[in-house]
Parts: sequence; structure tokens; C-alpha cells
Amino acid sequence: MTASTETLQTVRSLSQAGYKYGFITDIEAETAPPGLSEETVRFISTKKQEPEWLFEWRLAAFRAWREMTEPNWAKLQLAPIDYQAATYYSAPKQNAGPKSLDEVDPELLRTYEKLGIPLREREALAGVAVDAVFDSISVATTFKEELGKLGIIFCSMGEAVTEHPELVRKYLGTVVPQNDNFFAALNSAVFSDGSFAYIPPGVRCPMELSTYFRINAAKTGQFERTLLIADRGAYVSYLEGCTAPQRDENQLHAAVVELIAHEDAQIKYSTVQNWYPGDSEGRGGIYNFVTKRGACRGARSKISWTQVETGSAITWKYPSCVLEGDHSTGEFYSIAITNNRQQADTGTKMIHIGKGTRSTIISKGISAGLGQNTYRGLVRVQPRAEGARNHTQCDSLLIGDRCGAHTVPYIEVRNASARVEHEATASKISEDQLFYCRQRGLSAEDAVSLIVNGFCKEVLKELPMEFAVEAQKLLAVSLEGSVG
Amino acid sequence: MAAMLEIKNLHARLTDGREILRGIDLSVNAGEVHAIMGPNGSGKSTLAAVLAGRTGYEVSEGTVNYIGRDLLAMEADERAREGLFLAFQYPVEIPGVNNMYFLRTAVNAQRRHRGEPELDAGQFLRVVRSKLKLLDIREDLLQRAVNVGFSGGEKKRNEVFQMAMLEPRLAILDETDSGLDIDALKIVAHGVNQQRAPDRSIVLITHYQRLLNYVEPDRVHVLQAGRIVQSGDKTLALELERRGYGVVEDAA
Repeated sequence: MTASTETLQTVRSLSQAGYKYGFITDIEAETAPPGLSEETVRFISTKKQEPEWLFEWRLAAFRAWREMTEPNWAKLQLAPIDYQAATYYSAPKQNAGPKSLDEVDPELLRTYEKLGIPLREREALAGVAVDAVFDSISVATTFKEELGKLGIIFCSMGEAVTEHPELVRKYLGTVVPQNDNFFAALNSAVFSDGSFAYIPPGVRCPMELSTYFRINAAKTGQFERTLLIADRGAYVSYLEGCTAPQRDENQLHAAVVELIAHEDAQIKYSTVQNWYPGDSEGRGGIYNFVTKRGACRGARSKISWTQVETGSAITWKYPSCVLEGDHSTGEFYSIAITNNRQQADTGTKMIHIGKGTRSTIISKGISAGLGQNTYRGLVRVQPRAEGARNHTQCDSLLIGDRCGAHTVPYIEVRNASARVEHEATASKISEDQLFYCRQRGLSAEDAVSLIVNGFCKEVLKELPMEFAVEAQKLLAVSLEGSVG
Repeated sequence: MAAMLEIKNLHARLTDGREILRGIDLSVNAGEVHAIMGPNGSGKSTLAAVLAGRTGYEVSEGTVNYIGRDLLAMEADERAREGLFLAFQYPVEIPGVNNMYFLRTAVNAQRRHRGEPELDAGQFLRVVRSKLKLLDIREDLLQRAVNVGFSGGEKKRNEVFQMAMLEPRLAILDETDSGLDIDALKIVAHGVNQQRAPDRSIVLITHYQRLLNYVEPDRVHVLQAGRIVQSGDKTLALELERRGYGVVEDAA
């Protein structure tokens, strides 16, 4: 029996027994006509049975978006995107993908195997029409009960709108307003779903929250909207994404993530992004335009972003911290890999507003093949931010001689007591290093992987343990074929 | 006795066409220690590089037989996994990679190749500790990034330590003695002597005779302008020390 039939049977038996957490719905596949208009926004809002205020909110975003133009300051080259040709709402499709693993690109399967992804997950990742995966449903449910006892709310954005409208209304768009930028406005108008979490005062979330189960996240990727709130003295670590490349038919992704940390609260947000990067000729691949921002609202609060970006044809992403509370801390740890014809323009913004605010930026960019990798970062110290401190370290590693690395720091200091440091290095994996490793018995690929992991060590150690192990394997897979 | 390494008429040149090795003949048996001496630019390090499979050289003529196989047909990493070890003249820094982890990765790559089970961190540490005693190396050297911030002497000791951990069939030490003070030289020599074994061959490449005061070679060869111009027993090294390479040059 193949894994998919086994899974299907499990799910079928569960739904017959009236399993209420099943993902299967009776809605037939319904897709909005291509194009984006006020009607599209209304269509989406109606389909999702949203309250009037949210519809108005989306509409305001759409109207703002209509007046905006795409940003063109990033060092990215891409063909124009036809926003009127895209489809903005599609109910979960049944049987749309390949019917079994036999129909899936063997290259993709080989990658899953290398990453050690269990067979059933591989099917879901590759888009095989498995209705649901039993394991993740039951696990998710168990977690939810345990979290509920502590007063932690963790659910989909759609569910939060229905179950906790007061929280959503209070916080949605307060960190990334609808008209923040072109892509954030687009997301606000048409966002599909995403995650919501609220950690009540003084509660330390006992587990890593995760969109997890690789599968859950798969279908909400395109216009995901995430909102996390850590109330006074709360702590949460959140993992986003998955370490395996996901098959996805949507070319354009525009996600928004908003984080809010109140007094003494801490949020640690870790991402591994490995969407389809396109083939070696640069055909296909996801365009990933993401707005991520955290507000350290309260005194001594802390927000820490860690990202490992290995996928997508285009990455445009600047997870930022607005350090409003006195003595609040912002951190940004990043690894970005571009291989073949991938392009990444990524970095952060640290906005120091409160007194004694501190920020740390560590960025590791790796370019191989014809990849172009740009670090773009802003450190701004406002007049009131007495004693603010920032340390920035940007390291670039080049593999081969046809790729590029670029560093574009913006530093704006309006308080004389601030201390801002910027360090940057660029280096190449040398023939000497490769030969040294190979002379000790490592294959060329293992040698590159070892050297790259060493280069990224300061960032990898910020990732939660099991995530870090998978991320290391992923770095190796992403750089395959980069040395002769 | 079977030859571990059999080099016949080896010619090699750089990619720019300059010929560096011009017909090397050398035979090293299992259990033997050979010293290859010669002035700067005679081709000593090129010989080591070509044997280890470094890119940037073209072998235009000749054969190299290693444990009954065609060495030149093997990739650099395969040569290593088949037991050929090169102690580098200039060990390379690998930032961020823990020295211990690096060595365990190497040991396990070779064990896998031989069909032996890999060592986990605990098992590996036990082996490490037993070998550390041999070489007077402090354990903290192993907790640092590979060769990063090591002194010259530490780098060389680390090379000999790696050799002890990898237990090669054929070890080539490329000017491991250069740049060492006398205490460090003694430690390195002690490490090499500890590793002499009936099933292991060692080739010492050196500019000076002084290492040979501590490691006694079975054979000494003089390399000059890409050829071995003279071979003899350990007394040849002493003679060279006394009279300089010019003597041999005249003889050739």
C-alpha cells in the first residue's frame, strides 16, 4: 500500500467518524476570476465570512494599493508582474496536483530524500493530492489543548477573526499599516490566511510555536498574514516555514508578519524559507516580497528575527524592529543563499526610538553560480534615543567568479550619544580550503557544505536546535553543483 | 617487500606550461621512512601536491602506482580515503569550523569508505584523548576553529595530530619542520616517530637536515631541478648539511 492510499484511508475513516478537526470541507473548488478590483476584495471577504469592519479594512488597503507603484530601489531584475492576470482567491483544490509520487519531478524527490523528510510528508510537500495528514492533525490538536490551559491563543488568522475579533481588531495593521508599501497593501487587500498567536501576561510559551507541520503552511503561502502578540512579560519562540522545498504554482508571494512585544516580553521569530528557486536557467521560481516588522512597544522588550533564506527566485525582505520601549532590544540574524540565477535583496531596519535601545545585526550572504545577493539595512537613531547602540556585521561569501555580493547600509543618527558600528567582509571559498578538506577525505560537496556552515555558524546557533540541524542540511542541498 | 608507492618517470608542469618535475623515479616500501631534500624551487612541494592530487598541475608523462592502483586516476578525496595523507606546509584556516568537528568529519568519511561504522562524538573523544597524550597537544586547540589564530608551531602540531587520528598508509610531510623552534621540532619529530609502523610509509620533505637528527630516515633522496639526482642512506643528509647542495649539483 502506498503512503498516499494509507493516508487517504486514515483520513476517510476519521471523517466518517465525524472527526471535527479535519481539513476537508464540502466547499467545491471555487476560484475568483483573475484580476484585482473592489469586487475581488468583496468576493474574498464574503467567502471567508468576514465581519464588515475587516471588509472595510481590506478595501482601504486596496484603494491605497491602487494609487501606489511597485518599489524599484532594490537591486533586483525581474520581468514586470501583471497583477490583473493573477488569481487572488482559490478555495483548496482537490486532486489538482500529481496523483502519486511517480508523477513528481525526480529531482525534487531526491532533495527530500537527502533532507530525510518522511515519505508521507514528501507527498504533501510535492503537492500530491493527499487530503490531509493524520499525524499533523492529531498533533496540532493536542498542542492546542495544552496551550489553551495557559491561556495561549494559537490558531489560523481566519479563526482568530471569528473567535477573537477584539484582539485582531486592536492589533492588526498597527505595526505594518495597510498603506505601508506596495506589497503590504496588496497583502492587506487580499490576504488568504495565516497564523495568529497571543501569549497572555507573564506566560512563557512552553513549546516552539510553529505554522509547522510543513503541510499546514503549504496552502496559505501566497498572501499569508501573521500576527503575534506577546503581552507583558510573556515569551514565545515561533518557527515559520519548513526546510524542504515546496511545490507551489503561485509565482507571486507577498506575506506580512506583525509582531508586538509589550513590556518585558520577548519574541523570537525563526524562518526557513525554501520556496522553489527556479531552474538553473532562471525559469520559474517564486517572487517573494515580504514585509515583516516587530514593534517593541514596552520597556525592556525584545524581538529577535532569525532567517535562513535559500529559496525563491526573487527575495525582497527586511524583517525590522521598531524599538519604541526604553531599553528594548532588536536582533536580526540572517543567512541568505543565492545560487544559479537567484536574486536576494534582504536586510533589516532597526529604528531606535526609546532610550537605551540596543540592536544587533548579523548578516551572512552566500552567492554561487550567477546569484546576486544584496544586504540592505537601515539603522536609524531618533533624537530621543539617548544612549542607543547598534552593532552590524555583514559578511559575504562568494563561490565561483560569476556571482555577486553587495552591501548597502544606511545609517541615520540623530542623537549624539548613540554608538553605531558597522563591519563588513567579503571573501571567497578558496581552492586551498577545498583542497585541504578533500585531502582529509571529504568530497567536494561535503567540503563546501562544511565551509559554508562554518561561515554561517553565528546565525545557525540562534536557531532552535532541531531547526538548525535541518537548516544545515538545507544549506548543503541549496549549494549543490556550485563547485565543479 | 611490496612497494607502497612506485613513481616512474614522473613529469609535471604548471598550467602556464612551466615544467617542474622532469622525470622522478622513486620507490617507497611499506614501513620505510624516506626523506626528500633539496634547495628551494627544486620541485619538492610540487611532488607532494601532485601526489595528493591538487589541481593546477598537469602530469605530462610517467606513472604513479600506490598500493597497486593508479594513483593519478584517483580524485584527491579518494586518495585521502585510500590512506594517503599530506601534512601541509601552510595549513589552511577554515573559520567557524570547530577543529574537533572537522577531524571527526574526516575520520568518519574515511571509515565510511572502508565500510566501518562511524564514530559518535563520545567514541571519537576517547580516541582523541589517547592520541593527544602522544603529541603534547592541549585539548583546547581542538575546540578552536580549524587553524584559525594558531601559531606556526600549533598549526604544524595539529597536522601531525591529524595524521595520528587518520592513521594513513602513506604520509607525506611537506616541510613540516620549517618555521619551528627546537622544542616544537622535537615534539613534531616525536609525533612522527611514534607513528612509524611496519604497514605505514612516511615521506619527509625538508629543506634542512635538522629534522633528520630526530627522525632517522631509511633513505635520503636529493631533488634537484625536478629530478632525483642522488639517493643514499642517512649519511647523505649529513654530508649535504656539511657541504651544501652545490656538491650534488656538481655531481649531477
